Amino acid sequence: MDELRQAPWMALEMLVTLEPELLEIIGLSLQVSLAATLLAALIGLPLGAAVAVYQFPGRSLLTALLNAMMGLPPVVVGLAIYLLLSRAGPLGELGLLFTPQAMVIAQCVLITPLIAALTRQTVADLDRTCREQLEVLNTRQATMVWTLLRDGWRSLGTAVLAGFGRAVAEVGAVLIVGGNIKGVTRVMTTTIALETSMGNLALAMALGLVLLAIAVSISLLAGLLQHAADGRNG
Amino acid sequence: MAETRVPGARERRLPLQVNAVEFHRNGRKLLTGLDFRLEPGKISVLLGPNGAGKSLLLRLLMGLIVPDAGWIRWNGVSPTRCRHQLGMVLQKPVMLRRSALANVEFALARAGVAASQRRRIAQAALEQAGLLALGKQPAARLSGGEAQRLAIVRAWAQKPRVLLLDEPCANLDPHSTARVEALIRDIHAGGTRVILSTHDLGQARRLADEVLFLADGQLHEHASAEGFFRNPDSGKARAFLRGDLVI
Repeated sequence: MDELRQAPWMALEMLVTLEPELLEIIGLSLQVSLAATLLAALIGLPLGAAVAVYQFPGRSLLTALLNAMMGLPPVVVGLAIYLLLSRAGPLGELGLLFTPQAMVIAQCVLITPLIAALTRQTVADLDRTCREQLEVLNTRQATMVWTLLRDGWRSLGTAVLAGFGRAVAEVGAVLIVGGNIKGVTRVMTTTIALETSMGNLALAMALGLVLLAIAVSISLLAGLLQHAADGRNG
Repeated sequence: MAETRVPGARERRLPLQVNAVEFHRNGRKLLTGLDFRLEPGKISVLLGPNGAGKSLLLRLLMGLIVPDAGWIRWNGVSPTRCRHQLGMVLQKPVMLRRSALANVEFALARAGVAASQRRRIAQAALEQAGLLALGKQPAARLSGGEAQRLAIVRAWAQKPRVLLLDEPCANLDPHSTARVEALIRDIHAGGTRVILSTHDLGQARRLADEVLFLADGQLHEHASAEGFFRNPDSGKARAFLRGDLVI
């Protein structure tokens, strides 16, 4: 019981004193999730916008697929990436398994459909308003995609933030492909899971508070961006 | 009708021929039997009550939609094939989420104007519309009249040979209307053919060289403005001029 009572204070102390182990884990988490979000945004934003703007056979099916993939189970994604990257797998020669790069790939696969689907919806709404205007200005479809992405960046920022939020809070996939190796692939979520199971609650609670702070910050930032976008629309 | 190449492609103004055009939607005939020819050099006004088919006709002339029957040719070429020579301002123009100046620069880029020249040309266009001082303001924050003038110079900056204007002064106050109409006259005087739709009799009297009176999807009259307002031929046009409700 003493340990339980002391854990919150020890967690606060770790945060206040900026304990090196804590900072290292937070740093790696942010690096992995930011890299995954950047990659996913580079793929998901143009993909979602293209699906919204171009008319092609199978568009409805692709839209349904993107929407369905928003709810991909992380452990299944982790397993699939593990099979691809394991020594006997098709990409085994790259030697990426149990590295931060493998975790970036796993998070990227998880959040790309989320960013693409949210982008598709946002750009489709913009397209309904702007398409005829862009057509009378002799705008080609490829330019329309870029123009609508640019005009909708505030709303699309929310989509990217949602992707980052999911990536940084994800545990199953990065545990499988990262292996939770101390000093190499240990991130906030996997550390919380491990330390809690070992009874080391202080570090788990400190990281939990950081994750909560990140989640709240993302929510506030998304709210501000949406408010700015609504202001522009209004 | 077989398409022909534009003879004298450098000719500034394009004659328009509309032949037996019909347009349907959901089993309803929205435009029927449209047959007319417009010679260059005039301001043509599509006049008629709401729902007459004026906006639809402008969209057909722009090539945004195609007729279900009949054909439209600008100097022998279908609108979809000479879209780059046509400009249009929609009844509710949409401003891109950037400055007024950047909106015009965007249009110039689409017209293939070199990046190094866009700023100078866009500034000149804004100056012509009396908007240069507002160039750096977000276009979305302009007033209704300012936005309408910006929409017109944005389309005009692409140097179209024909400018189609759909109800350019709808919902504008008299002061803003006067400025928009002055801009339209300037554009016409500069050699761009103007075709505009309106249900405002006063505006038609002020701007039109010729009037095409439309009601319930049909062209009831095509006459010089003077002839139309002095002695309209059709009953519907007489009723409209009297101020009766033309349904």
